Amino acid sequence: MTKIHLTVDGAAVSDDVEPRMLLVQYLREKLGKTGTVIGCDTSNCGACTVHLDGTSVKSCNVLAVQADGRSVTTIEGLADTVEGELHPVQEAFRECHGLQCGFCTPGMIMQAVDLLAENPHPTEEEVRLGMEGNLCRCTGYHNIVKSVLHAAEGGARA
Amino acid sequence: MTATQDRPAQEIGRDRRRKEDQRLITGRTRWTDNITLPGMLHLAMVRSPFAHATITSIDVEEAKASPNVVAVLSGKDFGDELGVNINAWPITPEQKTPTHSPMPADRVAFAGEIVAVVVARSAAEARDAAELVDVEYDEQPAVVGIKKALEDTVLAHPELGTNKSALWVFDSAEAGTGGDVEAAIAQARADGIVIEREYRQQRLIPAFMEPRSVVVDPTGEQLTMWSATQIPHILRFALAATTGVPESKIRVVAPDVGGGFGGKLQTTPEEWITWAVARRLSKPVKYTETRSESLMAAHHGRDQVQTLTLAADRDGRVTGFKVHLDADLGAYVSLVGGGVPVLGAFMFNAIYKFPAYRFECQTVLTNSTWTDAYRGAGRPEATYAIERMMDELAAEVGVDPLEIRERNWITHEEFPFTTVAGLEYDTGNYEAATARAKEVFGYDALRAEQRERRERGDRVQLGIGVSTFTEMCGLAPSRVLGSLDYGAGGWEHASVRMLATGKVEIVTGASAHGQGHETAFSQIVADRLGVPFEDVEVLHGDTQVAPRGLDTYGSRSLVVGGEALVKAVDKVVEKATRLAAHLLEASEDDLDYAGGRFTVRGTDQGIAIQELATAAFAAHDYPEDMEPSLDADATYDPVNFNYPHGTHLCAMEVDTETGKVSMRKYTCCDDIGTIINPLIVAGQVHGGLVQGIAQALWEEAVHDESGTLVSGSFVDYLLPTSADTISFDVVHADDPSVCTTNTLGTKGVGEAGTIASTPAVVNAVVDAVRHLGVRDIQMPCTPERVWRAIHANDGDAPTPGGAMPHFDEGALNQDGAAQ
Repeated sequence: MTKIHLTVDGAAVSDDVEPRMLLVQYLREKLGKTGTVIGCDTSNCGACTVHLDGTSVKSCNVLAVQADGRSVTTIEGLADTVEGELHPVQEAFRECHGLQCGFCTPGMIMQAVDLLAENPHPTEEEVRLGMEGNLCRCTGYHNIVKSVLHAAEGGARA
Repeated sequence: MTATQDRPAQEIGRDRRRKEDQRLITGRTRWTDNITLPGMLHLAMVRSPFAHATITSIDVEEAKASPNVVAVLSGKDFGDELGVNINAWPITPEQKTPTHSPMPADRVAFAGEIVAVVVARSAAEARDAAELVDVEYDEQPAVVGIKKALEDTVLAHPELGTNKSALWVFDSAEAGTGGDVEAAIAQARADGIVIEREYRQQRLIPAFMEPRSVVVDPTGEQLTMWSATQIPHILRFALAATTGVPESKIRVVAPDVGGGFGGKLQTTPEEWITWAVARRLSKPVKYTETRSESLMAAHHGRDQVQTLTLAADRDGRVTGFKVHLDADLGAYVSLVGGGVPVLGAFMFNAIYKFPAYRFECQTVLTNSTWTDAYRGAGRPEATYAIERMMDELAAEVGVDPLEIRERNWITHEEFPFTTVAGLEYDTGNYEAATARAKEVFGYDALRAEQRERRERGDRVQLGIGVSTFTEMCGLAPSRVLGSLDYGAGGWEHASVRMLATGKVEIVTGASAHGQGHETAFSQIVADRLGVPFEDVEVLHGDTQVAPRGLDTYGSRSLVVGGEALVKAVDKVVEKATRLAAHLLEASEDDLDYAGGRFTVRGTDQGIAIQELATAAFAAHDYPEDMEPSLDADATYDPVNFNYPHGTHLCAMEVDTETGKVSMRKYTCCDDIGTIINPLIVAGQVHGGLVQGIAQALWEEAVHDESGTLVSGSFVDYLLPTSADTISFDVVHADDPSVCTTNTLGTKGVGEAGTIASTPAVVNAVVDAVRHLGVRDIQMPCTPERVWRAIHANDGDAPTPGGAMPHFDEGALNQDGAAQ
């Protein structure tokens, strides 16, 4: 077991974890951050995407111990939802019907936020390439792409 | 200001943003895998690496000694309480159906079949220990692939004596719905056109994004199962029917479910094992599959060889169509099983007036993953076959593919139309949908560009693909299902509860997993009952909350479940009318009901439905001959399927040098009757399109000759990404053909995109290179297959110099430039 200290969605947390524990397992099993989900075991699907020190990562591809001393933001910490706030990208996904079953959505939104932070005014092509690492089976991507472009028009920032 | 006054005039047809989304976009979700219970134990499955083997021994001692392992169990540790996985649709009385134990003790029939289960305090410990279970197998010869299975030399289940499970036949001459197809073919051979083709429907994997997960809590009076399923009600019935637990002691919950596409229309070994382990240990247990397990062991879809004979006269008017399918069931006959290809039996004649038709389907067992419903279920296969054949016929006659369709389709004046397969199509307008699609697509301009590029000998050729589809959906009239030997009905149930506070709870037996029922059903109730959209709460997916239902598949939720809801709401209004008349001291005949309010004609007196709900709750003053409740239930059994249709047009570019294909444009005009929520409809179409396009271009589940799934991860099974796809033009009929067999006038849309798009894409790819002598490319149309098709007739001819202008003559090449 290894002791780790990190910040998750603004709260300081500390736990003993097995060195092999993945960040996504730590988030879900130890912290109950079940908004972040696991969709595959080969880091293809991106459903588990979170931000590590402000940059998107697939949390199945990061060990919990690698997050020691760092800051993690999940879909649950993206906006102060208790106060009824939504991040502009969350709002855009709802506005443009960018989700159906919603399983890929947390990862999609986290990736989109990162994409727009790097490139605030992407073309459709740039959105399609930038979201390539996140799989969706419901939407055919049409409305996901539209959501990201909609958020970009609204000046969404990370 | 009351909310009632805020209510817009009409909810139906409005692009309401979804009620479901707030939770889903903020991560406030309840996927089955999110559920944890005190003392919960975790399961890991030990799966056979062999496609066919007898189990000689299972040594569990080392696994049992592993940290925090509670139990290791195999098939022999269970008796009848393990139950069996059932087939609900034996398509013929003689169907050969191998017994499907969730965890066989003696023999495995596909790679991935479960032979033991490890129970531990954490999922990681269970998985670690599963590695330590030592299973000795005696490998048996495995039969993989339809053609091998038909030979019957190697048997998937030796005790059955054959791999052939069932032969299902429909013949229009025998059924009295049309002529003799053999006579039509003979005639066409003499003086017409006969087109014979064999098409392959490759195996696909539904690949819903949420892996399947199941939690069982045996600690209450009712045993509760949470499962990532499309079918909580059918699951409850099947658990009761096969595991000895009374149905009344079983509660099944489908919480948030992350997609299904038919892939979660199943009762699974994993559910049955989890159920048995929880009962054995009297502890809550959870099993969540890995993606690899999901791809390997959750059912696959499609997998048919289609042998087709189309007879036509010289003008391209079809005189007969003969279809023989060989369909791979995999190792077991699944819940719907052979019923999936049979659902296609009535659709090979599609939108056309064929005078003669014969359909045969031979199902076969193989040592590969079982197959069952995948979006469209039987109808995409049928639509692919006929729409590819119509293009072949057009090429033979030498006319535009749309022209050949027009010569054969049912015209809008001819509805209602009884088809050669015996279905009555109530409404449709193929001419209008086609005209609209052509206009939006820019058909004529793209045809002109195609001609120009052909003449120029452009390396990248343009192809235009057509698919004019219809489908039978809204499963289903119970009597029809009964006549086809399906084990259940196709009705749906709804309840409306008028709460004392004026809010409305509706309960539906449909079980959503991404479709947006909460939003669409709220819109229907808001209009029909006259209450605000926001005041309607939709409850579903829990057999204790929604005790009656037949769940979600086959584009049925709106057209069957929505209609049940309408009928329940109408009953509420009827009861409310009596209470209103009583309280207003008026005759029922003098009351008007509009916008959620009863008014007495010719007076200013009135009462709102919410006030009546409160009055019924208080029950201080109500008619003697009435119960003090406005609540109502309804069960609706559809009288017919419904028949959405559409014209899909696709432009594909094919690089004749590399075989690379890319989509240039895709336009569809679907006529789906009344649209409740255009936003949700568009989403269904987009997603459906990409699943169908993916069959045409990318996806294929491949077993090697020993029966190992080689496309067993998302690295190898090619799900499309945002970078592979384009944005689509989705339009609808301006003057839709409203369904006449339900009140709302709606037709199904959930499967439409998938059914229509596959042939549109392949037709476009073939069209791009038909002038090079290509008349078919097997799906998925990978660059290699396209290249091989283009160059199939090259022989040893030298590559023409001009075909590969990698650099301009006289200019420096890359190597030169780098020096």
